[in-house]
Amino acid sequence: MTAVEEAPLSPAGNPIGFGNMKRVEDQRFIRGEGNYVDDVNLPGMLHSAILRSPYAHARIKSIDTSAAEALPGVVAVITGKTLEGIPRPSLLGDNFAWMPTLSYDTQAVLATDKVRFQGQEVAFVVATDRYIAKDALELIDVDYEQLEPVMDAKKAMEPGAPVIRDDKGQTDNSITDVHGHKTWESGNAIGTAEAIAQAENDPNCVVVTQEIMYPRVHPAPMETCGSVSYLDKVTGQLTMYTTSQAPHAHRTVYAMVAGLPEHKIRIISPDVGGGFGNKVGVYPGYVLSVIGTIVTGKPVKWMEDRGENLMSTSFARDYHMTGTIAATKEGKILAVDVDVLADHGAFNGVAQPTNYPAGFFHIFSGSYDYPHAHCKVTPVYTNKAPGGVAYACSFRITEAVYLIERLVDCLAAELNMDPAELRLKNLLRPEQFPYTSPTGWEYDSGEYEKTMRVAMEIAGYDELRKEQEEKRARGEYMGIGFSFFTEGVGAGPRKDMDILGLGMADGIELRVHPTGKAVLRLSVQSQGQAHETTYAQIVAHELGINPEDIEVVHGDTDQTPFGLGTYGSRSTPVSGAAAAVVSRKVKERARQVAAAALECSPDDLEWELGRWFVKGDKERGKTITEIALLSHGSLELPEGVEGHLDATAVYNPPNLTYPYGCYICVVDVDPGTGQVKVRRFIAVDDCGTRINPMVVEGQVHGGLADGIGMALMELIAFDEDGNNLGGSFMDYLLPTAMECPTYELGETVTPSPHHPIGAKGVGESATVGSPPAVVNAVMDALAPFGVRHADMPLTPANVWRAIQGNPIRVDMAVE
Amino acid sequence: MQTPAPLEEYVRATSVADAIAQLEKYGEDARLVAGGHSLIPMMRLRLARPEALIDINDLDELKSIKVEGNEIVIGAMVRHREVLDSPLLFEHYPIFRECEKVIADPVVRNRGTVGGSYCQADPSEDLSALGSALRGSVVIQNSTGTRTVPMREFHFGPYMTQVGDGEILTEVRFPIRPGAGSAYEKVERRVGDWAVTSVGTFVVVKNGVVEDCGIGLAAVGAEHFCVPAAEEFLIGKAPTEENLVQAATLAAEGCNPSSDQRGPADYKKHLAKELTLRALRRSVQSSQGA
Amino acid sequence: MRFAVPSNQAKEPDMQVTMTINGESVTKECEPRTLLVHFIRDIVGLRGTHWGCDTSNCGTCVLWVDGEPVKSCTMLAAMADGREVRTVEGLEQNGQLDPIQEGFRECHGLQCGFCTPGMMMTGRWILDNNPNPSEEEIREGISGQLCRCTGYHNIVKSIQWAAEHPAENEVKA
Repeated sequence: MTAVEEAPLSPAGNPIGFGNMKRVEDQRFIRGEGNYVDDVNLPGMLHSAILRSPYAHARIKSIDTSAAEALPGVVAVITGKTLEGIPRPSLLGDNFAWMPTLSYDTQAVLATDKVRFQGQEVAFVVATDRYIAKDALELIDVDYEQLEPVMDAKKAMEPGAPVIRDDKGQTDNSITDVHGHKTWESGNAIGTAEAIAQAENDPNCVVVTQEIMYPRVHPAPMETCGSVSYLDKVTGQLTMYTTSQAPHAHRTVYAMVAGLPEHKIRIISPDVGGGFGNKVGVYPGYVLSVIGTIVTGKPVKWMEDRGENLMSTSFARDYHMTGTIAATKEGKILAVDVDVLADHGAFNGVAQPTNYPAGFFHIFSGSYDYPHAHCKVTPVYTNKAPGGVAYACSFRITEAVYLIERLVDCLAAELNMDPAELRLKNLLRPEQFPYTSPTGWEYDSGEYEKTMRVAMEIAGYDELRKEQEEKRARGEYMGIGFSFFTEGVGAGPRKDMDILGLGMADGIELRVHPTGKAVLRLSVQSQGQAHETTYAQIVAHELGINPEDIEVVHGDTDQTPFGLGTYGSRSTPVSGAAAAVVSRKVKERARQVAAAALECSPDDLEWELGRWFVKGDKERGKTITEIALLSHGSLELPEGVEGHLDATAVYNPPNLTYPYGCYICVVDVDPGTGQVKVRRFIAVDDCGTRINPMVVEGQVHGGLADGIGMALMELIAFDEDGNNLGGSFMDYLLPTAMECPTYELGETVTPSPHHPIGAKGVGESATVGSPPAVVNAVMDALAPFGVRHADMPLTPANVWRAIQGNPIRVDMAVE
Repeated sequence: MQTPAPLEEYVRATSVADAIAQLEKYGEDARLVAGGHSLIPMMRLRLARPEALIDINDLDELKSIKVEGNEIVIGAMVRHREVLDSPLLFEHYPIFRECEKVIADPVVRNRGTVGGSYCQADPSEDLSALGSALRGSVVIQNSTGTRTVPMREFHFGPYMTQVGDGEILTEVRFPIRPGAGSAYEKVERRVGDWAVTSVGTFVVVKNGVVEDCGIGLAAVGAEHFCVPAAEEFLIGKAPTEENLVQAATLAAEGCNPSSDQRGPADYKKHLAKELTLRALRRSVQSSQGA
Repeated sequence: MRFAVPSNQAKEPDMQVTMTINGESVTKECEPRTLLVHFIRDIVGLRGTHWGCDTSNCGTCVLWVDGEPVKSCTMLAAMADGREVRTVEGLEQNGQLDPIQEGFRECHGLQCGFCTPGMMMTGRWILDNNPNPSEEEIREGISGQLCRCTGYHNIVKSIQWAAEHPAENEVKA
């Protein structure tokens, strides 16, 4: 793998390959010409609204829809009972009232027996406009018998706790995965336990245990979820415009859920207003818009309110973790053991590869070199919304990184050692790569110390510590927090990774027209990641075609080959690789054609960007444009070469890629009020080859804001009665421009050895890596008060309480 | 997106008298709409369901900031941004700028009005703390005439004020106090959020003694957004740190905050003291510098 | 790809509203309760203005009324009767992009594009009132609008870019 060379520029001034290139898609967005789902209006289209449960746990005694049905403009009112009456010709249940989740559990489309979380779908109204649909909701009379809810995950498995999933014949609130397991373990339990026991008895060692909660948060993209579905009864074709990060996977799921033939389903994801994992799941609302069109024969639009989005669609995290770290007094880490109580809500609806029921959490051993690690995760049902894997988490690597980075800082505090020094002592060394972690991951490449030194250099670390010391002497409290994270992205190798049985490989198609212009058809789906720009750059890099001459098509299952979609930072590692591979197929075919045209052997040809030429005679050659025309023309082609340059590919990644980085956050804390100001944020990412550095940096910026948000303000808590306390943007706080500093970015480039262009993916790196940097910085600021840990979010109240030695329990209502 | 419940009538008032006539015509199901930034979200969430809306945005007579005699008069339709930007208000009381800067966000401040904020009477309303601190008054008009109500008698409780059916708040008035220093302190979870706790104060220091002072607190359950005992303690005393601390302690003791997601009651009580102290210190400083 | 506005109004709309939108007088029927954002999007058919919350917090619906940015989800269409509205579609003049539009593209000030129209409308207004805003003034100016993609860094840069590249008819202070 060679370092990135400066790409030559196209006539339009774009790099023919990698480098900063302004985004193609911006042309429509800056004119207000984006086309999002709520912008879709089909002739005769109806609108819809969902009646949701006000209770977290209640039995439905009766539902009276007559008044709603009588309202002028109302076309249909659908309840769980209606759905039970619609037979479903599929293997996944015999009627429409329930649907499968992405984790082989079941979820109610509309509640029939009980409601199991506040905001659960109870009835569906289709009307001629959206205001009338909302009016009708008020006219539906539901008689509930309230039941005691299970809101505290820690009490979910207590004897006598109310049973949530009695529909499945359960007698407790445990969750069993598709393999029959009720707990999920990884690593070496015995070795880790022994190492920790030994350390406990060794005066030269320390053992630190810390309870660390990663509370429930929400991806909250600016555009909520929605869909417009239309079933053409004559052709039997279902067309669905939807906010989907994974249109092909969704098509297959709808085929399974609705029993519709898959070739008659067309999913179109138009412009998507942010995803962050929120638009991976299949929600009852989507399914109801399909049912709505089946019932009415008209196109039906469903768009969530913000409250519905925050209260019912995929949340993230909700992991109660207890970590134990053992180390020598010199600071050499020996072992880490983790016990997790995982709150999955009322339905096990996590979106992750089947064989990884706790996602990739077991990558928690992190960026450090130690032999013993073990984790045990126990999932439970509670009366909360389903979900768990979302919000740019790389399948729960957010939780893993937060855990280990907090534990390392707790250890540093125990040892009275600089957290930077402790990390430098334990970071994996370049010669250890490829490195097999104690829980079985094979990290592909990394020069960790180099990256950390770059971050410390940008930060001016020694000066910062000096400043901190001076400030402390004056009674001012600043903190410096580190995070060194290793991600594992690009799921994934088909033999290990599937979702609902669909292997996580991605298809791609490249057509080169006779004039040398090209069309690339992707299976992945941008929600802002600039695919229309960066994928053209990959093809340009491989074939020398100007990026402005390459059209990138995505977001329409009728126009693109099958693939699993965009989440888990998988687009560049999987589809980006596919784009390189398919380009190389075209290049190889071009070589055959060029050889025929130049009347030489293909082996005599040499490639320079955009052109095959005869070795030793640079003047004798054909450009890719010339070859494109020749391949469509009358030139006699060698045997076995069919003509045209078009190619397809399916990329099955041999391994994940392992981007990593070092983040340093500097905060000022006002101990009188508990207010935290993020003053600086230094982020050095190594994501291998950077296709478009401008876009990479943009991805990092967004993730850093996420980290500030989660660390300081974002939270979905519940009170004991089951009320969601984060159900609007007044209560679920996202950071504004005022809470975010101007970020200071740096980079190192350690290409992935197994990826065709050495790229590793970066979409979630900063969201994964940044929260612990902020929390570690605040804890560092509070060290003089003897504070070692407080859970996120570090609101002013929580910080002040931490100083008083009484931090807030964040997952329940503040008392 | 949430949508308002059906609304029978929307009318534009052409004058204050017309607004009052319209209110009387439509009765208790009518509401005035000014900036709309409290009412319309509540209508969308269907927590408010007026049958008639009377739009008073055209009432230019309510849009001025002026001095009348010994008082500053702010019309009910003055927007938050105009308060923030007013050199007149800043000259007399810097607290106006400090307070407005932390109310909602710039776009909301373009629409939201002074009268609307007072009539909404949210227990976390910053302008209520300011009004109580400065011991302002409001002018309420109905078809029989006008009456002036001190800010410290204006509220019956959260979201409840002296403005009755068929009435309109037309202006708020603040006494001018030469030599007063003033300051506003607010802790919020994030820019644009409602206060966890906020405190506004003014102090007039003459000859080394606090001649007059006012302390207003929002979001901490202080009756009428004030704790007179703290003011009474300070008046007539030297503005020493010790006295300021004692006044702040009394202010906190007079609060009765409740726990919510913005913070637990003990924290809010602490903030009441901490922010009162900070605001008093700065008020004293600027009064002494004046 | 854009789609026609449906003509399936369920009931008799009971009022007529006239406003100037991007310099053009528009008269349409709606209900008294119709929100301005729905009027602009669903009745007039200008869909560059978005919506993203129910509590006036997100600012994706920001447009101008009588020369000032407002949250169009928090205003009834009736309240805009007789007033002048400017939306993102009105930024481009005579085929020339506004510098704020150029700035957002130059500086990668957008990713998913959803908050972008509102951000650009406020950005334009900030510059109209203060041609040389400080970083702090820009950040404060957009603090009532949320973005999930950019972390605001490049939005700030985009507005700064527009300040440094005023259109010919703008007076650089």
